[in-house]
Amino acid sequence: MFSFCADPASLGDLAWMACYLTTGKHMAIYTSVFTVLLLLAITAPTALAFGFIGASSARSHFPPLSWIGKAYIAVVRGVPDIAFFLFFVIALDQLFEWIRHEIKCPDWTDSIWQGNDFVVCDIAKLPLGNAPQWVHETYGFMLAVLTFAIVFGAFAANVLYGAMRAVPHNQLETAEAYGMSRRQVYWRILVPQMWVFALPGLSNLWMVLIKATPLLFLLGVEDIVYWARELGGAKTARFTDYPHGDWRMWYFLALLVFYLLFTRVSEIVLDKVMRKLTHGQATLAGEAQRKAA
Amino acid sequence: MKSILLGTAALAITASVAFAGSHSVVRMGTEGAYPPYNFINDSGEVDGFERELGDELCARAELTCEWVTNEWDSIIPNLVSGNYDVIIAGMSITAERDEVIDFTQNYTQPDPSSYLALEGADVDFEGGVIAAQANTIEAAFIASSGATLVEFATPDETVAAVRNGEADAVLADDAYLRPIADENADLVLLDRQELIGGGVGMGLRESDTELKDKFNAAIQSMKDDGSLNALLAKWEIGPGF
Amino acid sequence: MSCWDTIADYGLRSIGIGERLLPREGYTLCQQFTLIGSGMIWNIYFGVLALCSGFFLATAVALGKASKKPVLQKASAWFIFLFRGSPLFIQFFFAYFLFLSLKPISPIFDPFTSAWLGALIVLFLNTAAYSGEIFYGALQSVPRGDIEAADAYGMSGWSRFKRVTWPTMLRLAWPAYTNEAIFLFHATTLVYFSGFPAWQQRGDALYYASFFADKTFNPFIPYPILAFYFILLTLCIISLFGLINRRLNRHLPQDARAKMKLKLNVIR
Repeated sequence: MFSFCADPASLGDLAWMACYLTTGKHMAIYTSVFTVLLLLAITAPTALAFGFIGASSARSHFPPLSWIGKAYIAVVRGVPDIAFFLFFVIALDQLFEWIRHEIKCPDWTDSIWQGNDFVVCDIAKLPLGNAPQWVHETYGFMLAVLTFAIVFGAFAANVLYGAMRAVPHNQLETAEAYGMSRRQVYWRILVPQMWVFALPGLSNLWMVLIKATPLLFLLGVEDIVYWARELGGAKTARFTDYPHGDWRMWYFLALLVFYLLFTRVSEIVLDKVMRKLTHGQATLAGEAQRKAA
Repeated sequence: MKSILLGTAALAITASVAFAGSHSVVRMGTEGAYPPYNFINDSGEVDGFERELGDELCARAELTCEWVTNEWDSIIPNLVSGNYDVIIAGMSITAERDEVIDFTQNYTQPDPSSYLALEGADVDFEGGVIAAQANTIEAAFIASSGATLVEFATPDETVAAVRNGEADAVLADDAYLRPIADENADLVLLDRQELIGGGVGMGLRESDTELKDKFNAAIQSMKDDGSLNALLAKWEIGPGF
Repeated sequence: MSCWDTIADYGLRSIGIGERLLPREGYTLCQQFTLIGSGMIWNIYFGVLALCSGFFLATAVALGKASKKPVLQKASAWFIFLFRGSPLFIQFFFAYFLFLSLKPISPIFDPFTSAWLGALIVLFLNTAAYSGEIFYGALQSVPRGDIEAADAYGMSGWSRFKRVTWPTMLRLAWPAYTNEAIFLFHATTLVYFSGFPAWQQRGDALYYASFFADKTFNPFIPYPILAFYFILLTLCIISLFGLINRRLNRHLPQDARAKMKLKLNVIR
């Protein structure tokens, strides 16, 4: 990075550190911070959408739909996320390729399982075998987002399901008395009202989601933890210009600070949102706000 | 999909793209955490013996190759599922693995596994505590010997365990331990070695015979003209052919 | 070899009873079910002990955070923030590091570097922080009237806490606490995965699942087996906690109980 970095062994401590912290490898860990933030930014709404669909179907009046919703919540919540991540991404990838294979290569006669190999026709590969690397990366990233969303969607569904049931029943009845249809009651009364009940649970879930990001490397996304481990391990002079001992502790300390800060910022923001949402609501907190005003 | 780009090797002649058909780009999967075989260098790219070897093989086979890294634990499942085409990650050829994937001919001689211990330590091979990386042939070897096996997720941690006294010694590939012993005065390699693995080869899908033949021919040509021996000597990986 | 033999050989392998060597061929479904099930012993051990011991510290921490003494209040708040704000695996890493450096000081610290004690302590502190926050939230929402009624009865101090505040707090916190218990059991899979080394191939369910995934190169069998065991375990936790919940709310009339449940879902 800097011009004086050509021969690190001859440098003083400070200059050495400056060079060390700006190697290409360190740039990778700085980029990975943004990867993690981007993943969280995309996953949160997606998981919320999954949760919303799951909760809506769980309380549906059509039994099969409600069973599916309830089964989704129960099964995914019951499995440790780590176990899920260890096989689910490959399964998801194969599922997508198989679907494309069925559509794009209807004349293919061979089985897609050749011994141990999973083989689909070339034009069904996802991404295509000769696609540039960034396409592969983006696809991998999207699979990770989807997996995270499916797992955390189940938890979100559970929270939203509870929140929907917590909306005071007489409000819904009043709406019906005004002649609203079931659909209107759902979209105009229930959905807007439920958020205040769901927010404490959802913010807790957000905290859990933040802390699940170290598992990203299982999904093939090289996140901060992967790089912290890689950079922190002892390095011998043969393979690097910057040999050092086992520095994992310092890297993990940096991660600790990162996660604590991130948690703190989230807490402050979520507190603000909660205060906004409770405004004018028929809850204890809403009452207190009204009195204070 | 565990694959992230660390460097592109566009060494092959562009003309080769036309005839290579399904393999217009060959994706090479490696671990990137096992020097001198493969590791991530200061600029964040895959480097090491296998990087040089792989680039040379691709040039000789007239293929366009691209490097990706993948966790060791899932490196085979991701190959058979088609996320990359070749494993080139210091993987010893074993009968177990050969049932699931195919190997090219070996490009290193069988590398003995060595023990690394603290200077002056008296290691009991039958009843002592020996560290190894989880899910390696060394771990399986210790488990079936009399010694107490203690497993760590990464090779770094196994060496750290010897340092802090959790384990009496660590068993790993000689080529991995030797530079560590050379640079650290407090750590020494023991005289005893174990011959566990076969040589190291490239792993491919069983259905991918065409690609396997190309790489086999390329490895053979490197063996014949002595360039493979030069590479082995450069990276200090065992004896030549 | 029949499946019964396999169960006899490997059923207690995770705690060192039975065959010394893990299976080296075949890798039948029976072997996978048995060994992964055997590993569940450790998950249950960590989960149950951490939950039971963490419960008491959680109560103390919740009271501390609600206390008027600034020292207690700050200390509890920081404890909760530190353990809730950082990923579990970083906690494992630092704990292992700390225990290792304590080891040379005195042989008392020897067992701390093994998972059965070291990881248990981390999980204990972790769950105490999470539950402490839940209990604190519940403590804040104990109805004023209950406390006033207790005062009117002439209760104060310990007896008021034991008879009124604490049971009400538990009742309010219970659904959220159930969730925390589920999360904790799931978190036990991290112990050998990224925290503590496995000795003599004695590990938890995930350790054996990844052993089989590595040997058979097929992740689609062992991990779903692991998932199956955990769904079973989660169902057990939910029904056990449901029973306790019924007992906690046994004084309420039937319809109030149902109403209570609705409200409680909100806290989580």
